[in-house]
Amino acid sequence: MTSTEVTNTQGAADEKKMSIVAALNSALDIALTIDEKVLIMGEDIADPIGGVMKATKGLSDKHGVDRVRATPIVEQTIVGSAVGAALGGYRPVAEIMFMDFLCQAMDQIVNHAAKTRYMSGGHSSTPIVVRAMIGSSNFGAQHSQALEGWFMHTPGLKVVMPSNPYDVKGLLLSAIFDDDPVVFIENMSMSYSVTGMVPTGDYRIPIGEAAVVREGSDVTLITYGAEVHTSLAAAEALAGDIDVEVIDLRSLVPLDISTCLRSVQKTKRAIVVHGSTQFCGPGAEIAIQLTDALWGELAAPVARLGASYTPVPFAAELQSIPTETSVIAAVQVLAEQG
Amino acid sequence: MQNGHTGSPELTVPAIEDLEWMYSLMLEAKGADEAAAAEARQGKLQAALYPVRGLEGVCAALGVAMTDDDQMISSYRNLGDALACGIPLRTIIAEAYGRLGGTSKGKGGTMHLTDNERGLITTTGVVGSGLPMAVGLALAAQLDSSRSENAARAIVVTFGDGATSIGSAHESFNLAALWNLPLVFVCQNNQWGEHTAIDAYAANPNLAERVRSYGMHAEAVDGFDPMATWRTLSSALDRARSGGGPSFIECKTYRLTGHSGLSDYSYVPSDDLSAALERDPGPTMRRWLLENGYVSEARVSELETAAENTISEAFAFAQSSPPPDPSELLDDVYASKEGFPVR
Ligand SMILES: Cc1ncc(C[n+]2csc(CCOP(=O)(O)OP(=O)(O)O)c2C)c(N)n1
Repeated sequence: MTSTEVTNTQGAADEKKMSIVAALNSALDIALTIDEKVLIMGEDIADPIGGVMKATKGLSDKHGVDRVRATPIVEQTIVGSAVGAALGGYRPVAEIMFMDFLCQAMDQIVNHAAKTRYMSGGHSSTPIVVRAMIGSSNFGAQHSQALEGWFMHTPGLKVVMPSNPYDVKGLLLSAIFDDDPVVFIENMSMSYSVTGMVPTGDYRIPIGEAAVVREGSDVTLITYGAEVHTSLAAAEALAGDIDVEVIDLRSLVPLDISTCLRSVQKTKRAIVVHGSTQFCGPGAEIAIQLTDALWGELAAPVARLGASYTPVPFAAELQSIPTETSVIAAVQVLAEQG
Repeated sequence: MQNGHTGSPELTVPAIEDLEWMYSLMLEAKGADEAAAAEARQGKLQAALYPVRGLEGVCAALGVAMTDDDQMISSYRNLGDALACGIPLRTIIAEAYGRLGGTSKGKGGTMHLTDNERGLITTTGVVGSGLPMAVGLALAAQLDSSRSENAARAIVVTFGDGATSIGSAHESFNLAALWNLPLVFVCQNNQWGEHTAIDAYAANPNLAERVRSYGMHAEAVDGFDPMATWRTLSSALDRARSGGGPSFIECKTYRLTGHSGLSDYSYVPSDDLSAALERDPGPTMRRWLLENGYVSEARVSELETAAENTISEAFAFAQSSPPPDPSELLDDVYASKEGFPVR
């Protein structure tokens, strides 16, 4: 991603320009400082390296290797022991490098973290955060998948996928202090390239609240994660011709459908844009909810723009995740309907 | 644990009241297993059942070896473990019936018992998945004791021999040893993984030997001998509580019934089964108690009658406990229902 600077703060004095990695680090540092029950576990996370993306840089030096624990390469047990520590009263953050490696930990996420509260009749809770990153096609098909749909399909999990440093920090702090398990999805393409002003202190962004990041009256783009920037770029390119509203969902579960409905009631046209596959992707659920609620009011069927139903290809020429060009084209098609 | 017992490994046998408690637990586990299977056979109980038969002595020994502060993670074969934690049989059986009076309001079922106050933190239906969670629970115990003056607690995780084939079990052995965790891995080796014998699935069926190579104390004990099992478990738990790190205790028994409540086990070699039945831990303990004069014939009968009463009372309680209200369906998915889909 080309570097992007996002403006979404008040411009107060105690703010600093941060990358997403810096925002992650700041949130983790605050959480470790204000609550001794917060732990971090993951591969290579201790200093001096401080994580493969350096999100935990300086944290084990400051808070101790007992609380910022580097683990062997054991994804299933990183998440499993996070579940166990949570059941023992802690608030662990499990860092799983690439989201693809969540496959190793699916049993603990899906069969245990997500279900412990329910299966115990409400007697237990599992306040864990699993941080994982969507990689890049530069690494091929096993370090690049967008698998958020899997987790949306698992009752008991919250799913968060922020697009900028301000939201990353506020949402990660909310996730750590949330009493439910949260899958917190980052995107490697944004780690250093997306920057913005971020308060240095503690603040929280509620999980489950979308943000209208660009107002418009003709077409609504509903998106999240890295595709927010793609959608905003497309909207800017179309400005003066088609007036595009962009919604950054920020959280997928709970899903802020009301904000989407409010927007689409106004624009009558919507496209859901995401990097995961279009087939059975999050867009399918969002589109049918909008259609159910606004049937008869829509100027055109709700459209989806996601990746092709293939493993992520390596060659640049084969990439199928939405681009500025493909979003523009989809908006133009939709704007002509109805 | 809230069974009123304190581990005292310096004694060669537990106190008389503990011996009686152990024998009662063994009777309750076996009797409840049989009563549940009978109910299931008549179609009155719709639940997957995993009998404890053969493991009763191990569970009884665990119950006495663990202190009130120790915590446990168990599996689907959990009835004896739950009794070891001091959970009343009635709430275990009510959970099997899917009733509000169960440990989990009827929302968990037989494989998912939880009683945090009594130290049963969770039980899993996924073979081997308890071990990684136990690593985290033991990490919590270790951090707690490093931060407070409170007595250190140990964590127990129980699982079958078949679970030692699971990859994350080995991740957990390594991590527990690496972090010197207060964790006791209790392998309830009944020689069968579902319908496959240990020799058919393990090139080296000496499980303690395999786990020793991870750098932790590992030993096998005769799980049909409740006293030997109690001594071994007590010292492992002591080691855990005193900072000596994790142990793997392989309790060798034999499965005295089918894998599940109603499953066929005609494939079990009859010689092996009858040899094992000779060592059935309940009757063995009964003989041992009488021969050594720990309890009288009359007292044994009293305990047997009491166990029968506990079992019938537990089933009556379960059957009369109401099912969860339909509104319960959407409760407990998240801490709050607000904002989540209902379909
Ligand atoms: C991961 C997983 N695979 C398969 C099963 C099905 N299954 C249930 S119990 C069992 C046998 C486990 O054997 P063991 O660990 O020796 O325990 P036991 O049942 O003998 O107590 C199997 C294969 C399961 N529950 N979980």
